[in-house]
Amino acid sequence: MIEAYQAVVLVPYAAALVLAALPGYRIGAIGNVIASAAAFAAGLWLMLGPQTVGNYAIVDEFNVLFLAINTLVGFTTALFSASYIGHEIETGRLSPGFLRFYHAMFQAMMGSMNLALVANNIGLMWVGLELATLITVVMVGLYRTPQAIEAAWKYFILASVGISLAFFGTILIYLAGQPVLGEGLPSMTWSLLQATAGRMDPALLDLAFIFLLIGYGTKVGLAPLHAWLPDAHAEGPTPISAVLSGLLLNVALYALLRFKMLMAGQPAALDPGPIMVVMGLVSLIFAAFMLYQRRDIKRFFAYSSIEHMGLMVFAFGMGGPLANFAGLLHMAMHSLTKSSIFFAVGHVAQAKGTQRFAEIRGLSVTHPRLAVAFALAVLAIAGLPPFGVFASEFLILTTTFARLPWLALLPAFGLLVGFGALLLRLQDTIFGEPIGPAHRVDASSVPMVLHLMLVLAAGLYLPPLLVVWFRRAAELLG
Amino acid sequence: MKLAYEISHLLAGVMLVASFALLYQQRIAAVLNAFAAQSITLALAVAWAAWSEDRPDLFITAAIALGLKGVLIPVALHRTVTRLGVHREVEKVVGVGMALLVGLALCGLSQALVVKVAPAMAGLGRDELALAMAIVLLGFLMMIVRRNAVTQVVGFMSMENGLILAATGARGMPLVVEVSVAFSVLIALFVFAVFVFRIRERFDTIDIEALDRMRGDRR
Repeated sequence: MIEAYQAVVLVPYAAALVLAALPGYRIGAIGNVIASAAAFAAGLWLMLGPQTVGNYAIVDEFNVLFLAINTLVGFTTALFSASYIGHEIETGRLSPGFLRFYHAMFQAMMGSMNLALVANNIGLMWVGLELATLITVVMVGLYRTPQAIEAAWKYFILASVGISLAFFGTILIYLAGQPVLGEGLPSMTWSLLQATAGRMDPALLDLAFIFLLIGYGTKVGLAPLHAWLPDAHAEGPTPISAVLSGLLLNVALYALLRFKMLMAGQPAALDPGPIMVVMGLVSLIFAAFMLYQRRDIKRFFAYSSIEHMGLMVFAFGMGGPLANFAGLLHMAMHSLTKSSIFFAVGHVAQAKGTQRFAEIRGLSVTHPRLAVAFALAVLAIAGLPPFGVFASEFLILTTTFARLPWLALLPAFGLLVGFGALLLRLQDTIFGEPIGPAHRVDASSVPMVLHLMLVLAAGLYLPPLLVVWFRRAAELLG
Repeated sequence: MKLAYEISHLLAGVMLVASFALLYQQRIAAVLNAFAAQSITLALAVAWAAWSEDRPDLFITAAIALGLKGVLIPVALHRTVTRLGVHREVEKVVGVGMALLVGLALCGLSQALVVKVAPAMAGLGRDELALAMAIVLLGFLMMIVRRNAVTQVVGFMSMENGLILAATGARGMPLVVEVSVAFSVLIALFVFAVFVFRIRERFDTIDIEALDRMRGDRR
């Protein structure tokens, strides 16, 4: 009998093997959905099941939250992908052989992300993130256009440098833990490291954290380490953009937060808070201004992801139960909203046959239902009530205002700037004079609507069960 | 114990020298040879650690370093470069003198940092850590100052050499990690190779500069 925490890793990996062998892309797409549904069931089971701390795996309130979101969005993205990807064959951008590869890689990527999330070993966590990164590199280059290769190359170079620096940081953490925990596996076991952080050499921990922050920070997409992110989002298949923004950035953030918890265990070591606040703010404000110059719709929303990751890092940098709570809530809301936006963008790109803003106009005339859904998704990410993003942003700003009133002005300013850009683009795409072709849209709108309903529900009423859950995870973060 | 320390220190030092050699070579073939020399030295260093510290599992890591990065990859890249017949010269963003000066500064930085950070650490681990960190940073530097795809790949693998040296210096670090690093290098190479060929296929050059024309928002 395998445990739920094993299932979230093993089911996708097994599915990847099976999908690689299955002929026919339609069967592959169905298999992809079934495997993702099974992983999601395991994720839910994990939420209700007992907590575990083993040699290799750990299950606590903190990572269960990430796992639940990961498996949920993985499932809905597989659904979206199944209805979307057939179109890519019709337009000749992909061949059936590549699609088989794509489905197998999708599952391997989900398995690797879940591995990074459940690992109780800092080396294993690194391996999971590295594998997920390499797989997404291949996925980004899937269309093999010059632009896609350029994007994949840039992503690969920057991500592998980041991941190498993170590995060096991991070795340094091992060296810090070694005098306390002895040689071998215990000094790489996350739960033991955290329990004994107080007795480690603070200077060594500082050095390690700098490497980890730059390394994993590259993967989170913090400015000025973000250069790979917009290209990678723009040139890959749309379901992959949704997973990149909604999930992979979260997993990197998770790794960073785990090490922040470790640093908190040693009061003599440097406090990561102020550094994270500064990096978060720089990313937030920089990305908000960059939004105005984007001409490609997927690139535009990729910058919006940098903006929101910046806001989360800012909230976690502030620290304390309330800011952490708000940061975690924002993470969940952003994942759901941003992936629904990318689903919508996939629809729009199919309808108009382009990703350029200049040619996407007047959706309200040509595709009224799509226009409404797209507008709602954009308004949700812009942080308008009653959507959940409003609740989390409001919470981040108010808790900052209560503690450091002047500092709260900066994120508020960044969000306003971003808000302006979103409205500007929304107006053109929805109400402009329609130009260019207007194709029929085949992709299913169920995942998009489902996500939006969840975000709306969370904005209107967050069940006490979930509140308690988020609060406990926030307390673990310290 | 004293002798064991001297030898491992010497080998790590040779690797650092090879890192500098990577920076000042003018021809791609010479860069590949310097990289092969560095990888073979790494294999020796790891094998020496395996023998002197009685950690037989490390022999696997040494064998991977020797076979894959010492022989297989350099030979494959040599053949690729010859077959493409383009860009035998190394293309530089920054001149050799400047690159070497920055490299020296990076060495000083890593030495100073490690000495300051870990006064309590045992002598052997500390010196090797400083050397490994310098190799990692020099590999990083090489990726920045050389623009050809092949030299960037070499810079990245030289970084990985530094990482494996550091992991070996960290006594008792579980094999899981070392194998995984070797494994990831394999995957990385696979990905790299695919790209090198695809870039060639698309642009008739492996100069990254050509890619820059394809970047940015499509206007």
